[in-house]
This record gives sequence, C-alpha cells and structure tokens, in this order.
Amino acid sequence: MMAKVVAVTGNEAVAYALRQVNPDVSAAYPITPATDIMQRFTSYVSNGQVKTEMVLAESEHSAMSGCIGASAAGGRVMTATSSQGLALMWEELFIASGSRLPIVMALVNRALSAPLNIHGDHSDGMGARDCGWIQLWSENAQEAYDNTIQAFRIAEHMDVRLPVMVCLDGFIISHSIERMEYIDDDAVKNFVGAFKAVNPLLDIEHPVSYGPLILPDYYMEYRKAHAEVMAKVPGIVLDVAKDFEKIASRKYGLFEAYRLDDAEIGIVILNSAAGTSKDVIDSFREKGIKAGLLKPRLFRPFPYDEIGNELKHLKAVCVLDRADAFGGSYGPLFIDIAASLYPHKNGPVLSNKIYGLGGRDYLPEHAEYAINELVEIAKTGKVKTLKEYIGVRE
Amino acid sequence: MATPLTLKELSKKEILLTSGHRMCSGCGAPIIVKMVLLASDYPIVAANATGCLEVSTCISDYTAWKIPWIHNAFENAAATLSGVETMYRFLKKQGKIDKDIKFIAFGGDGGTYDIGFQSLSGAMERGHDMLYVCYDNGAYMNTGIQRSSATPYGADTTTCPVGSGIQGKPQPRKNLTKIMAAHDIPYTAQASPSHWMDLVKKVKKALEIKGPKFMNILAPCNRGWRSRTDDAIQLSRLAVETCYWPLYEIENGVTKVTFKPKEKKPLADFLKPQGRFKHLFAPGNENMLKNFQEMVDKEWGYLLKASGTE
Repeated sequence: MMAKVVAVTGNEAVAYALRQVNPDVSAAYPITPATDIMQRFTSYVSNGQVKTEMVLAESEHSAMSGCIGASAAGGRVMTATSSQGLALMWEELFIASGSRLPIVMALVNRALSAPLNIHGDHSDGMGARDCGWIQLWSENAQEAYDNTIQAFRIAEHMDVRLPVMVCLDGFIISHSIERMEYIDDDAVKNFVGAFKAVNPLLDIEHPVSYGPLILPDYYMEYRKAHAEVMAKVPGIVLDVAKDFEKIASRKYGLFEAYRLDDAEIGIVILNSAAGTSKDVIDSFREKGIKAGLLKPRLFRPFPYDEIGNELKHLKAVCVLDRADAFGGSYGPLFIDIAASLYPHKNGPVLSNKIYGLGGRDYLPEHAEYAINELVEIAKTGKVKTLKEYIGVRE
Repeated sequence: MATPLTLKELSKKEILLTSGHRMCSGCGAPIIVKMVLLASDYPIVAANATGCLEVSTCISDYTAWKIPWIHNAFENAAATLSGVETMYRFLKKQGKIDKDIKFIAFGGDGGTYDIGFQSLSGAMERGHDMLYVCYDNGAYMNTGIQRSSATPYGADTTTCPVGSGIQGKPQPRKNLTKIMAAHDIPYTAQASPSHWMDLVKKVKKALEIKGPKFMNILAPCNRGWRSRTDDAIQLSRLAVETCYWPLYEIENGVTKVTFKPKEKKPLADFLKPQGRFKHLFAPGNENMLKNFQEMVDKEWGYLLKASGTE
C-alpha cells in the first residue's frame, strides 16, 4: 500500500477521510472553525467524488435531527460542528446515542460564548462528555484523519452501535498545515467496509417504531444497557486500532504514554498541546529529570483502569485542562484522572492547571512551569496550589 | 390501483393506527391520522413531533403504528423526516430500494407553529418530498392546555387564564397555512375531520405531488376546548360552517376554496359549546365577541378574494 505524504490542514485531512469513507447522507450547518470541513466535503459532492446526499440544514439542531433521521432510516451518516453548534445540538446528542445510532461527527473544538470567541479550547467537547457518545481526541492532523476513519468502524461495530465524536483543536489543528500521510482510497474503503443497517426505518416489510415513550418501569434498564455497551467500547477501540495498523503502520491505543515507563513525574494533557509538552519533556530528560506524559485518546468512555495503572507509579502528576468546570473544584480532565487514581493508595500527588482558554497560546514555558513545579512536589510531597490558571493576567 | 373514494371502499383498507392507543376518548388527532393514512395508496414512513399523539401511541414496549414511525423530539419532526427522506433518495439512487415510499410528518400546533416552525420552514425550503400534517388543537394540550401561537383569540388557557384583568388570549392566532403557502411550495391546504372526503382528497392530491406539502387540520380537543367527548366532528363541522376554519387549498399559487357553506353561520355557534370561550358570552365582553367575528369575516373575505369566488 502506498501512503501519500501531504501538507494539509486538520480540516482538510478530516474532509479527505470523509471523502474516502463516502458516507450515504450528511446533514450539516456551517460554524467556525468546522465550516471548512463541510465546505470541502460539499465540493467533493458537487464534483461527483462522493455519492453522499446532503441535507444543508437551517441550524445545527436540525442538522443533528436530520442525521438521526437518516441514520435510523438505515445508512452511514456523518457531520461536523464546533462550539455553539454543538451546544445547539445538545438535546439531539442524547437522542442519537440513546437511539443507538452510529453517527460520526467531527468536533473542531472551540470555546463557548459568552463572551463570544471562535478560537480553540475544549469547553464544547467537555460539556458534551457525558451525553452517551464515544469521544476520540486528536493531537494533530494525522490523528484527526486516522481517528475519523477508525470512528466509523467503532460506531458501526455490531456490539457498539453508538455515535462517535472525533475532536481536534480549532484553528491550532483545523487551520494549520502539517505534514502527514494519506492512506490509499481502496485501503480505507476496505477497512471501513459496507454499512450494515440494524432495524432500518425504510424496511417497509418490517415496520419499526423509533423513539418511544418509556416510563419509570423500563427507562432505567435502557440506561443500564447503554452503560454496559460503553464498557465494551475500549476493547473494540483497541481491536479496530490493530486492524488500522495493518493499513497505516501507525499504532493507536486508548491513550498515548510518552516516556512514562521510568518517569517519576508526569503531565496529562489532551490534543494539540501534547505536542508542545512532549518537546519540553525531552529537554527536561536531557537535564536528567525523569518526566513523562499521558495523552488520552479515548476520552469517553474513559479508560479508568488502564490510565490509573499507567500513572500509579509516578510521584507527582499535573493535569492540564483546556476547559474549566465552573463550580466544580477542578477541570474536567483532572476529575477523571483523579478518579482513575483513586483505587491506588500510594499514587501520585496531583495538581491541576487551566490553560489555553479561547485560543490563548500554550507555550513551552507553560509546560516548563508545570514540570518545574512537579519536580518540587516530587521532592517535598507538597502542592502549593491544587488548581490554578496559567498564562493569564492577574 | 387507487382506492375509489367511497366510505365502503375505504372501510376495506387496513387501519394503520391501531386501537388500544392511549389518546383521550373523543380526541380529534387519531381520527385525523387514520383518515390521512387511509388516503394513501403508497407505503408511508411517518415522523412524529413530541406531543399528545406521540406520547399516547408508542409507549414502550407497545406501538399503535403499523407503519415505520420515528419520534425524535418536539421541534424537529420536519428535520428528522428530512434525514429519512434523504436516505431514501440515496438508497433509491443506489438501487437498494425499489418501492415508492411517501413521507408524512405529524405535529401538533405547538410542535409546528411554535417550537418546530424553523425546522418546518427549513424542510419546506429544501424541497424534501414530504407531507407535513399539523393537527391543530389550538394549545399545548399535552402539557396541560397552555397557550400557543395557534390558540384562538379570547381562548381561556392555563397560561392566559381568564382573570379579573385579562379575558383569555389577547392576540389572534398565527395564520400558519398562509405562512406555509408563502414558502411557494407546490401544495398547501387546510382540512377538517368533519369533511372527510375533502380531507382524504387533499391528502391523495398532496401525495401525488413531488416536493414539500403542508396540511393544517383542525383537531378538536375536548379537554382543552372544554366540550363534550362526543362532539369532535360536530365542532369541527361548526368551525368550517362559521368560516372560523375555512377549507381551502393553494396549489402552485392558485387558491381554491374547497367548501363554501351555503349559509355562513355566526361564529358564536362554534364558540358557545366550548368552555374555553364561555367568558366571551358574559356581560361586558360583547366587544371581544364582535372583534372575533370581525377577524373571521375579514379572513374569509381575503380568502374569497384570493380564490376569485367573491
């Protein structure tokens, strides 16, 4: 198989993956910075490069409603959005997952209003983390592309049948050109395979009713069934990653562990900021400081056991969140990391930093600041500030 | 082959909304749904907005629908059906479906005039091949008779209750049928279950037309209208005969009144049997009654003019 080396933006890469997957229907609505994905995709439609039928909806709420209708009808469906768009879809996110519809959506992470801000942070995706969707987070264009292709296999797996969100950082990744590799069209097509409909609405001979009212006598059983399916997802994500490695020669796990094996201190961080952090870790390693990094990929369902086991031997861990949970004590990523370490009595001391909100740059000095602090915490076992905003005016 | 339009022939057809659903006795909505589905000679896939019809016809693990049916949420029956219809077009193009399937969305007035208005407007503008049927009972009946933009002038509801200061809904209702016609869609019509032949004909006509169609059908609700449980048909007939609910259609821009009462009855004949208008007949409210009659007369006048039947 020939990989094609290209220089493209994150959005371009996602749109290219969607072209290769060639979904049956897409319902979408423009929003910065995700617009570009659907703009590129609709040009594939106009030029006959995909067979996809578009529903160019009048809002994100209708876009996701259309995706739900199309998916229930019995075919492969995708869309893309960001920020306010995801917020407007809110109600529909739960209906898509509760109805067990394997929709794939690119979420180009962007801050939420007010005040209005179009730039990258994780408030949108974090706010939607418990809506029953699977979430895959991506560091760069390559990962966004690879995750998009794998997302269809995960969503449509017969033991899963759940929607998947592929998250990538707005502007930082969506609009920056990077070197990456495209997989051959046929290899993607074969990898994704043919769509298998389950209880399609369009099967006139076998009429089904979607979206019943369920009273207290059975609602809870449906929720438990959903939770049980979520528990199977990590295993399936790993199986799909193994198959993917055969066509792409790139390995994917539930998370990336970077120089963690012999590390004493570690950073946990999502998406694009992980790249900067890894560089800084390398320079600390050169100074003899045993630092490492963990970057979650599968954020929902959160692989608590696996991540807890990966971090438990560390002395100190700093979790960097690109979103805050107002009124909660810590950022959303921190809360899950703390929960994953809860069973480990002698686990690391934890601290939490909030960075990069609304597209504020995450600089090497921010990572340096966090690591220097970790060195100090590892020595003394004491944390000065459990949670703080960094890279912010006082 | 098309079923001949006689009660005898229609009664031989399978009823696609089974009995045993949990709509109130005397409700107009299931009568309308049955008539609409009887009118079709095609297989139908239906979408349903959240509301009385939806919560009462598909309570897990039972369904009253013998046809494929999808409920998504309150405000998006049209958008949901847009997706279903688009997938159908895709699969048909790919040769994976060969049947001619028709698509019908059902929504109450809340889910159509108000919260679902944008979704409906968008679906009509995009030109999906679907018929949207609004069963208009004039308030949010499912949540307990709150006013909607379809609630008639002066009606007593639980959110515009008659009090010492306010005498029911101060505003006239939104004329949704006209608004839908303004979308320049190929077919818009208003119907009433009292005039079953007219209703069935309109549905048949709509289903033969490719593209977006809208029908607004009056649906008496004895709980909200505070009327008797056996008078849904009688009341909807009075609504038509008083010209409160004129029967007409707009096909490719041409307006046609499909039923012109021999003698237009006074509006009071329609209002009087309904508890929600009781206060309009109390001393001091003569003016409201007069205003309401004038609104109906004015609209009827416009309609006659538009249809060239003045």
